[in-house]
Amino acid sequence: MAEATISAEGVGKRFLLHHKRATSLKERLLLHRQSTSEEFWALRDVDLEIAGGQTVGLIGPNGSGKSTLLRVLSGILAPSTGTVAVRGRIASLLELGAGFNGELTGRENVYLNAAILGLSRRETQRYFDDIVAFAELEPFIDNQVKHYSSGQYVRLGFAVAVHVSPDILLVDEVLAVGDESFQRKCLAKIAEFQERGCTILFVTHSLDLVPQVCGRAVVLDHGRVLLDGDPIEAAERLRSLLGTAADQSGGAVGGPDRPRFAAARLFDPVTGLHKGNYRAGEPMVVDFDVAATIGSPPVSVRLAVTGPADVPLWVMDSDPLVFGPDGIATVRFTVKELPPIKGIFALAAALRDPDTTVAYDARRFAEAFQAVGDAATGIVDVAWNAEQVETPREEERDRAAGDRRRAEL
Amino acid sequence: MAQAQSAADARAAAQTRVRFELLTELVRKDLKVKYKNSALGFVWSLANPLLYLGVFYLVFQVFLPNGVDKFAVLFMSGFLVWTFFNLSTLSATGAVVGNANLVRKVRFPRIVLPLSSVGFAGVHFLLQLAVLFAALAVLYRDAFGPQLLLLLPALAVAVTFTVAMSLLASSLNVRYRDVEHLLEVALLAWFWLTPIVYPVTVVRDQLASRGQQWLFQLYMANPVTAVVVAMQRAIYNRPVVNGRQILPADGYGFYLTWLGVAGAVAVVLLGVGLWTFRRLQADFAEGL
Repeated sequence: MAEATISAEGVGKRFLLHHKRATSLKERLLLHRQSTSEEFWALRDVDLEIAGGQTVGLIGPNGSGKSTLLRVLSGILAPSTGTVAVRGRIASLLELGAGFNGELTGRENVYLNAAILGLSRRETQRYFDDIVAFAELEPFIDNQVKHYSSGQYVRLGFAVAVHVSPDILLVDEVLAVGDESFQRKCLAKIAEFQERGCTILFVTHSLDLVPQVCGRAVVLDHGRVLLDGDPIEAAERLRSLLGTAADQSGGAVGGPDRPRFAAARLFDPVTGLHKGNYRAGEPMVVDFDVAATIGSPPVSVRLAVTGPADVPLWVMDSDPLVFGPDGIATVRFTVKELPPIKGIFALAAALRDPDTTVAYDARRFAEAFQAVGDAATGIVDVAWNAEQVETPREEERDRAAGDRRRAEL
Repeated sequence: MAQAQSAADARAAAQTRVRFELLTELVRKDLKVKYKNSALGFVWSLANPLLYLGVFYLVFQVFLPNGVDKFAVLFMSGFLVWTFFNLSTLSATGAVVGNANLVRKVRFPRIVLPLSSVGFAGVHFLLQLAVLFAALAVLYRDAFGPQLLLLLPALAVAVTFTVAMSLLASSLNVRYRDVEHLLEVALLAWFWLTPIVYPVTVVRDQLASRGQQWLFQLYMANPVTAVVVAMQRAIYNRPVVNGRQILPADGYGFYLTWLGVAGAVAVVLLGVGLWTFRRLQADFAEGL
């Protein structure tokens, strides 16, 4: 595959907010030159070089220009200033199932949508079964799409879009739709694209996801690039911008030189790849890179695995860390056998002074991993048993009650 | 160098094929959506020409005899191609605006939207033409002869002109939404200014009797008129009926000349249409 790259130079996008723009020929003839408009720059001087195979998270507050940037990069909008150069087959997932027609069946829509996304009919035929299987819609594929649930609708849309086999994937917050199992499937697909060397740029509001998935992140604010670099730093920067910095909940202290988490990795100890799904009894390994400057106070890492309502299930503490000359230390937490829990769990990590317990940095990874199992029946697997037994007769119950009263006295 | 060139050619060819497949997919979609919930489906639109034949026979031969033998055939010769032009242009007008969600969210060659409107109307046109010829095989054998070859240049001009109008209408309607309404009115006037429900010789003779032959030249310069008259020559195939001149000329020179003029107009308009569409399409995603 040729190196698929995105390169944007000095890109700006100006929208004109028209107050009295002629929207019809009639108005155009009657009100010529009375139209007034206000400029609005949705993007300003954006420089972005994305090399082949990189996964870049695009984050920022609402209205910061993320979606506009994706639309400019994908060629839907023309930039007002600057240039955009894209090499490679590009697929943009700005909206799943855009162009679906409710009157048509799922099958017909797959062919239509694939054609719109640039797939030839033969290619679509080849991928058709995969697409349907991925969307888990085999029994419904010949139903009209208007009878689909919204979840089925987006699943089909996503399934078609990812089978276009792009070199470059632009993803707008489509991961926010669909249920959790679908989201995980999307993330797994994205991981597959990463392995294949696909260049990915994706917009997300889930800041915990950014360090997990991306090697790099770009923070946009008011149409300008605020920061371009380390994903953890980027997420932190955005949190402080949004006023939701982890510091506030974790009670961390310290200035810019304080010790901080630089990276976190949840992986399979055998393959070394990211792992998000576990079965009870499987080992789980989490690495944290911690950065500190010379002369910083001693720190240790406390890691809590938290379930619903942020209740810690168990807490692990490391010994004080020893930093190398580069100021980086890595600590590895290993759970030899995952207890019989089920559902989706978060990891909460804090970087603390082991003596004073002052926290320097705190980080929470929501939905960090899933323990496979049906969480609807509780989050812990317990060996239990229920059977019908003979109902005790009345005098026996009374005698038993009397015994209990005596026991209480 | 030559290799790079041929690789580029192969890529361009593959791209053209994919675009063509997209176009057929869109036409297929429109056809399916239109006939999905009707039991008789296609039969309805195929029955159309037969219905018109019957109604026009009744009106212009029984109720209001206009002295033109088999007038219904003359009418149908021009009416089907008019319907193609009319339906294409009107549905192309809404083609971009009606697919706003797609245009705002997905990158694909926008030009397929108006073209698919033309394709949709074209499929109907061809099927209706086939039904008409089936009916003529029973009712009107005069239609079958070498003069039918006139259909080829006539249809080529019709398609070119229709595509040009569709490109213009679909792109302009994004910026000025009343293009749609204007066009509806304009097409109604256009219909009556085209010799479909009356023979073109009526116009020629009336204008000549007022000494305004130049106006007839202007009248013929309407590309749809040139197409309609050529279709009538090809299908109705009776320039003179009962000593009365119904079609303007016996030979083919007249028709070919005016088709040539219409073709030139259509090609120029196609250039204008493509230029306009390309210029405006950069703003489609914003204007919707």
